[in-house]
Amino acid sequence: MNYLGLVIIKDVKLALQGVSDTGMTFVFLLLACTLFQFSIGPDQALLMKVGGGVIWVVALLATILSLERLFITDFEDGTLEQYFLSPVSLVFFAIAKAISHWLTTGLLVIISAPLIAVLYNLPSEIFLPLVLSMFIGTPILSLIGTLGAALTLGASRSGVLMPLIILPLYVPVLIFGSLVIYNAMYGHSYNSLLMVLIGLLLITSALAPWATAYALRQAIE
Amino acid sequence: MQSLKIKNLECNRNGRTIFTGVSFDVTPGRILLLSGKNGSGKTSLLRILAGFMPPTTGSVVWEDKKFTDKRQRELPSVLYIGHSNPVKLGLTVKENLIFWAKIFGHGTGVDAALDQFGISNHSEVPASYLSEGQRRRLTLARLALDQPISALPSLWLLDEPTWGLDPEAVKTLSNLTIDHVKNQGMAIISTHGSILDKYLASSSDRYSLTENIF
Repeated sequence: MNYLGLVIIKDVKLALQGVSDTGMTFVFLLLACTLFQFSIGPDQALLMKVGGGVIWVVALLATILSLERLFITDFEDGTLEQYFLSPVSLVFFAIAKAISHWLTTGLLVIISAPLIAVLYNLPSEIFLPLVLSMFIGTPILSLIGTLGAALTLGASRSGVLMPLIILPLYVPVLIFGSLVIYNAMYGHSYNSLLMVLIGLLLITSALAPWATAYALRQAIE
Repeated sequence: MQSLKIKNLECNRNGRTIFTGVSFDVTPGRILLLSGKNGSGKTSLLRILAGFMPPTTGSVVWEDKKFTDKRQRELPSVLYIGHSNPVKLGLTVKENLIFWAKIFGHGTGVDAALDQFGISNHSEVPASYLSEGQRRRLTLARLALDQPISALPSLWLLDEPTWGLDPEAVKTLSNLTIDHVKNQGMAIISTHGSILDKYLASSSDRYSLTENIF
């Protein structure tokens, strides 16, 4: 088995044990969506109008929620130092961490999205574009989030600092992800928007792991 | 003769000089026991040798190659055990050791390694059930794994490895270290005068950082 698979299996296994970040993320998703609904009121037309945006904002916040502890345990127990000394580049571990995060958080967000769409009375025609945009967008959130977690590793108040760093970087995903849903809802083409999201995913995949590895290297020092 | 040459190392942290003028050689087949008071820079020195941080001045070279250059494949491999135990509490004892064995390309011998450190009867229980001393044993069990086949000697950097260990485990550790250097390995161990020093006395050199403390 390759190194990437080893680290992903270990991290996913640890994440799924007991009352984990994954469980909390799911509860947070449902709570946040319900709270939005309470504050907006019973206006069905309004719920439909804001539904797409709410789903993306909640997805984004749920991603951040599970990021804070992404590297902390590995940092504190010396695992990161061992990764550094291993024959494998830290870039592989950065990629593995982003994939593990996506599997335990992003995938959960994707599965929950149609359920939330029903809560907001969104038409069934948007389910496919919603899931597609989430499928492309959530890995971007995980890759950028992994970088944010690495940059703030070892910093005091990292929980406050990290959202300040990564939230501005999430804005393009939020805009294009929400636009996909709106365009689908009003019968417009959304293919070009999905292409933009794919472009963002490719750029992030190419750059974020290297930057994350560099940040981890600095944290070890 | 091949040797790891540490030349005139200086380490500054947060504007404070931790140590300066540290020079010594480590040759395959030898153990270096590093001693010094708290704050004398034993951990910093080992971290510099592991490549975690650069020295302020000075060099660490192996046959004219910068020792901490990870791109250089013609360098001895480093096995570092620091103060903390990279043990995942949610994994079983055996899963923990298998994970590191695979990451570092060690051969088989996981069960034997656990047995050597007296924790084979806990191999299937989560590591969270272990005491601190047993977690230390699990961390050190990596030393007992079959080492990757290489023409180059490997360097063990052990930072106060006996912390939390009972005398029986210290004896196991000293036997493993002696076996390692008999196979032309190298070891640098920071200690505070534990019984490990006595076990290793005949096959080790000593270097004290106390004289360099600022």
